[in-house]
Amino acid sequence: MNDAILSLEGVGKIFPGAVALSDVSLSIARGETHIILGENGAGKSTLIKLLAGIYQPDSGRIAFNGQSYQPKTPHDAQQSGIRIVHQELNLLPYLSIAENLMLESLPRRAFGIVDRKALNSRAVALLTEVGLDIDPRTRVEALGVAQMQLVEIAKALSYDSKLLVLDEPTATLTPPEIERLFSIIKRLKAKGVTIIYISHRLHEVFEIGDRVTVLRNGRLVATRDLRGLTVPDLVRMMIGRDIADEYGFDASIVPGKVALSVANLKRDAATPDISFAVRHGEILGVAGLVGSGRTEAMRVLFGADPKLDGVVEIDGKPVAIAAPKDAVRHGLSLLTEDRKGQGLLLDMPVDKNITITDLSKVSHNGLLNRRAEAAAANDLVGQLRIKASSIEQAVRNLSGGNQQKVVLAKWLFRGTSTLILDEPTRGVDIGARREIYQLLWMVAAQQKGIIMVSSDLPELMGMCHRIIVFSKNRIVGEVPRSDFDQERILSLAYQEYVRP
Amino acid sequence: MSETTVSAPVSPGRAKFLRFLVRDAGVLLALVLITLFFSATAPYFASSGNALKIFVQIAINTVLAAGMTFVILTGGIDLSVGSVLALCTVVGATVMIDESLSPAVAITLALLACMATGAVCGFLNGWISTRWKIPSFIVTLGMLNMASGAARVVSDNSTITGLPQSFVDFGNLIIGDFLPSIFLVAVLVIAAGWFVLRFTVFGRMIFAVGTNDEAVRLSGHNPDFYKVAAFTISGLTAGIAAMVYLLRLNIGSPIAGVGYELNAIAAVIIGGTSLSGGKGSIIGTLVGACILQVLSTGLQLLGVGDNFKPIVIGLVIVLAVILDAYRERLLRKIR
Repeated sequence: MNDAILSLEGVGKIFPGAVALSDVSLSIARGETHIILGENGAGKSTLIKLLAGIYQPDSGRIAFNGQSYQPKTPHDAQQSGIRIVHQELNLLPYLSIAENLMLESLPRRAFGIVDRKALNSRAVALLTEVGLDIDPRTRVEALGVAQMQLVEIAKALSYDSKLLVLDEPTATLTPPEIERLFSIIKRLKAKGVTIIYISHRLHEVFEIGDRVTVLRNGRLVATRDLRGLTVPDLVRMMIGRDIADEYGFDASIVPGKVALSVANLKRDAATPDISFAVRHGEILGVAGLVGSGRTEAMRVLFGADPKLDGVVEIDGKPVAIAAPKDAVRHGLSLLTEDRKGQGLLLDMPVDKNITITDLSKVSHNGLLNRRAEAAAANDLVGQLRIKASSIEQAVRNLSGGNQQKVVLAKWLFRGTSTLILDEPTRGVDIGARREIYQLLWMVAAQQKGIIMVSSDLPELMGMCHRIIVFSKNRIVGEVPRSDFDQERILSLAYQEYVRP
Repeated sequence: MSETTVSAPVSPGRAKFLRFLVRDAGVLLALVLITLFFSATAPYFASSGNALKIFVQIAINTVLAAGMTFVILTGGIDLSVGSVLALCTVVGATVMIDESLSPAVAITLALLACMATGAVCGFLNGWISTRWKIPSFIVTLGMLNMASGAARVVSDNSTITGLPQSFVDFGNLIIGDFLPSIFLVAVLVIAAGWFVLRFTVFGRMIFAVGTNDEAVRLSGHNPDFYKVAAFTISGLTAGIAAMVYLLRLNIGSPIAGVGYELNAIAAVIIGGTSLSGGKGSIIGTLVGACILQVLSTGLQLLGVGDNFKPIVIGLVIVLAVILDAYRERLLRKIR
């Protein structure tokens, strides 16, 4: 590429005890959409943080627009025209959408008073650009995660950026929202904006990408034209070996009797009631758009949020669930979509995270037996192949995939009869993802019921015996494995939204 | 995030030792250094008489801070302990001077009354703040005023004197010429707290609730139970501290304990317990209480006036919190 907007030469970054990036040379052509792939820990985040001015490289040179590029702070990066949409959202929840969008340069009238009219009208224009039809005066805290993601992108658009970096923008989005994002990306590209796009979802990158760079263990594996490559090619480059079938559907497992059934579950007067059931040894998929009521239904079922009405039966017997402790006592487990905020004790070590679900197993008369606890934790760490320096390592310092395994381990420690999983593989890299799938098959083989909520439709179709589809808080359909079809499931998910 | 998935190249055994050094021994080291400094510079500081005085003076604050540690570990704060102590002193003294009772019975009943009064106040703090989801800062601020008012009502706004002689004698007792009885009480309270926090399921849950109460709830527990329990313990220790107060000063007073809550909080924070909950140790709290008193006494002996003393102590508290932030960063590198 002759006309490179950004070029890296032999860039390296070393952290105490580990090489995060080593000798990476890369050139991004002006106007291209460049995909960066790699498993967690491959060095993608480090690379972005170098561009964002959060880290400084220990070796090598970066040039942007033909000039040496050495940002010391994120502000420097913005000034140079590089805009980054991070994976973690950086919005201020108690301010309005408009204020968030233009926080760095609020339109003003005399005496520094904010010009509300200009603020809101500009915000509307930006929101329209990302296809969000929401009053810009709405507080950000009232938005769903997907909407926040779009606001974050709109914010990046509010500046005249020459290079836009998107770090896993689709992790929380549903297919139609992804489509919209892609059309935005294509439009930006037509305007001449260069885009660096990082993703875990291999299927989607072909639609927008020109070239792809794969990182593995901090090193650059290759930079290639996407045309002519296939998903298996990318996987091979990322992990250095073939993965035959990601999901490993186990046809030998035959679902038995109904393990858990939910009848007329209603969370408030305004939402319709729902009914469904999962069998022993069955993996039941729950599909639907973000905000379609999937997560809410699971939380109400588990007693995490109050319910208005409805009957929950376990093995045919009605059970009263008023709080999570009741659900847990009856053998239900919930892996939440927000694993850091709701699933883990981040600053506590692996063993204490695992045993929290049932300390009576490692104590006697209220006194902890640390040796028994360590043995139990070590056992599960080995069984689930959790990569940690020891069971005393804080889970904060584990990778996303290993953190998710710790959440699974804590429920396996308790001994579950039905496992509810909400987005179990979000932010988890391919290698760990596959191990989690295997683990779920192991759980299913023990004749336990599994309910799996996911926005990743191929994942649901690969893993589930049956899929129920949510649309606007209603269960609008049920699809057996023999009839799995992406379009059919999607049209069901849309059903209630397109009605006049 | 790539930079966090890799663990530092420290062997597990060494990491454990380094962790101990940074997390637990840091405050102890600070105490030793401050003590050495005053021993070298302040006249009379390094005398057995002065050491005894310091032990006597930290007893009340240590007992209060022990209970406060539980509350702060769960992520709360208890501003009411000073005035709850005042209420307990007048309740305890009133019971104790009842002439229809024999001294032994009166003292026992007074102890129970103090502990019960404190525990009820603490329970109310915890119950109100969890039941209506009100920050404990506000609820205990309310309790601070209510308990103070109640103390005046109970005592009819006067100081209660005339405690049994055997009780007064026990308060002045110095075991083996070096261990004041009331310091022994404080050490026993710390030891009990240490045992509970370190070895029991209850103690584990206190730390877990302070780390992430929502995760604890979704793991099938009732975090509010542990929060209410922590406040009840804080009230209970305020009751015990009231007994220590009676032992030391021999009067029940509605204006006792003004500002004690701030000293207790300072001891906990200097001792390395994080205000956001989930991290800390009660041994650190004991060391923190020692540091505060050693500083206070040492500065006085150095001739630093009463006006400048609080300035120095205030600076030390702020410094402790700044050091705590650095300590966290260091710990993350070791883990």
